[in-house]
Amino acid sequence: MSELRAQLREWREVVEKRLPRWWSRALPGALIVIGIFLPFLFSSSSGFMNATIIAIAYAVMSLGLNIVVGFAGLLDLGYVAFYALGAYSLGWLGSGFFFKAQVHVLVSPVASTLPGVHLNFILILIGAALICAAAGAVIGLPTLRLRGDYIAIVTLAFGEIIGVLAVNGQSVPVGGGMTLTAGNLGISAVDAPYFPGIGSFNLLNLRPWYWLIFAILLVVLFVNLRLRDSRLGRAWIALREDEVAAVSMGIPLVRTKLLAYSIGAAFGGMSGAFFGAYYTTVNAGQFQFGFSIFILAMVIIGGLGSIWGAVVGGLALGYINNYLIPDVLNNLPAKFGFNFQLTQVEFGIFGFLLVIMMVLRPQGLIPERRRRLELTAEIAPADAQLAEAPGTPGGGT
Amino acid sequence: MSSTEAPLPAPPAVALSVLRAEHVTKQFGGLVAVNDVSFDIPQHSIVSLIGPNGAGKTTLFNMLTGLYRPTQGRILLGERDITRARPDVITSYGVARTFQNIRLFGAMTAVENVMIGHHTQMRAGLFGSIFRPPWVRREELQTRERARELLAYVGLREPAFDRLASQLPYGDQRRVEIARALASQPALLLLDEPTAGMNPQESQALTEFMRAMRDDLKLTILLIEHDMKVVMGVSERVTVLDYGKKIAEGEPTQVRADPGVIEAYLGKQAS
Repeated sequence: MSELRAQLREWREVVEKRLPRWWSRALPGALIVIGIFLPFLFSSSSGFMNATIIAIAYAVMSLGLNIVVGFAGLLDLGYVAFYALGAYSLGWLGSGFFFKAQVHVLVSPVASTLPGVHLNFILILIGAALICAAAGAVIGLPTLRLRGDYIAIVTLAFGEIIGVLAVNGQSVPVGGGMTLTAGNLGISAVDAPYFPGIGSFNLLNLRPWYWLIFAILLVVLFVNLRLRDSRLGRAWIALREDEVAAVSMGIPLVRTKLLAYSIGAAFGGMSGAFFGAYYTTVNAGQFQFGFSIFILAMVIIGGLGSIWGAVVGGLALGYINNYLIPDVLNNLPAKFGFNFQLTQVEFGIFGFLLVIMMVLRPQGLIPERRRRLELTAEIAPADAQLAEAPGTPGGGT
Repeated sequence: MSSTEAPLPAPPAVALSVLRAEHVTKQFGGLVAVNDVSFDIPQHSIVSLIGPNGAGKTTLFNMLTGLYRPTQGRILLGERDITRARPDVITSYGVARTFQNIRLFGAMTAVENVMIGHHTQMRAGLFGSIFRPPWVRREELQTRERARELLAYVGLREPAFDRLASQLPYGDQRRVEIARALASQPALLLLDEPTAGMNPQESQALTEFMRAMRDDLKLTILLIEHDMKVVMGVSERVTVLDYGKKIAEGEPTQVRADPGVIEAYLGKQAS
């Protein structure tokens, strides 16, 4: 088995050496071009298009959470909070919900006649990112002195607080008879994204939605890649590896950690705002704890700390959740004579997938480069001697 | 920055003593780990801190680098009071350290580890990192280049530069840790048992290297060490701690003859 792997690695190295230099840049370029033209292969309102849009939005969230959990090593179990805040940013800034206000900035002719706050979708995205970045810093503050599991508990509580706030916000007055949220009723008359020259988006033609979320994905992906190979990205990884050593080398703990929370939250918020518009409602019932775990599962299945892993993990779980299970395989049990549908057991399926992944490929689908190095490189000579010495526990430092 | 000279420019000249601790005490609950210790580190010297296990040497180190805050007392770096400063701030003032049990970032390469040491020397922030203007690109390249120079300076061989720190042999890990500390361009370098786990030849080589570092980089070095051969060979001054108290201080020969020190190390009968 290991011989086979070594052989495969050797072949890959040989192939990689013969490819021209531009090859490593050509692959992402080709993927982007394919991504742009993909919608033309499917009918504009098909279930597959719908699933693709949702899957890409998941990938954006997964990229955001990957910064917090994968890069900085801060286990965040309350990421749904930023989905909620992002969606509410849309509800607040792009609907008639605050009916006493009259604010219109670059919106469709229809929306500009309605009462309420109506901003262009790009402005809402920026607003959602800023609101969530601020909230991310707030959630980060109490966790600064904590480590490991304790961080997870605090973030989990924060996620729950936002969920409860979303439900009870309908009783929180903000003046003029208006409330903070609409609770389980939902803020329903949200504006569809509108761009001059393109018009308002609608659910009969999903292609503009696809291009919009694809563009968001590219932006978030670009920021992720740049941050990973930067002074800040290295500081995050140093903090993840050894906090004491990192601060002793001059890395400011508070600022570096809060930046991780804020940037991760901002991406969650952008995706949340998109979801709010796409589902045409912002409903307190959407923001369940299970969603935090769902996003975390994408990061872990993709490969903790790996950017491309987060994208693949998000897409994979998105397609499984929204296409494979409900559209393709839903009636499979019936064919075998069982009296249930696959959608009824989807959590069981996800759990099973996670277990299978952890057994067969714990490092994730596309492991982080560092982790791959750790797993494949040969053992250092000194450690090898230690490992051979009888009675040496562990073998190495 | 020219790459032909020594990898680091001279640190700015400060007052005659680089670091001064005044009546420093650290209590953990009822335990007094460091008890009313005062000492000076003259500029451009190598000072050793010795004492039996549990004497409070590493606790003192942790206070000097800001990881612990003294219960009482003051710590001055040159003219500057750093008693309550954060560790990363103290590092930016020019104090760098290594750890007793090596604490490298295992999932980063040797070069990346040293680049973390350069963190305080770099300016790229969030937006600089994202948009990567030309000056950030240049800074990144220069930092990488200087990290490689430093690794070469501490004697790491080229093939090890891009290997993960956790996969380097023990001696190389010690080297990388020293290079990482040097990367922050310190005026004062704190080494916590650098020869632990080394054989006599390696210890001897490190002793010579410490002197070379001091002269090349105009450093002041504070050393915690158990190997008396190293202590006596390299240090100009020795401070002895026992049960958190300073029991002796002075030149190596004086300290070696001090009855209190002999008692602390060998017990009462021997003295």
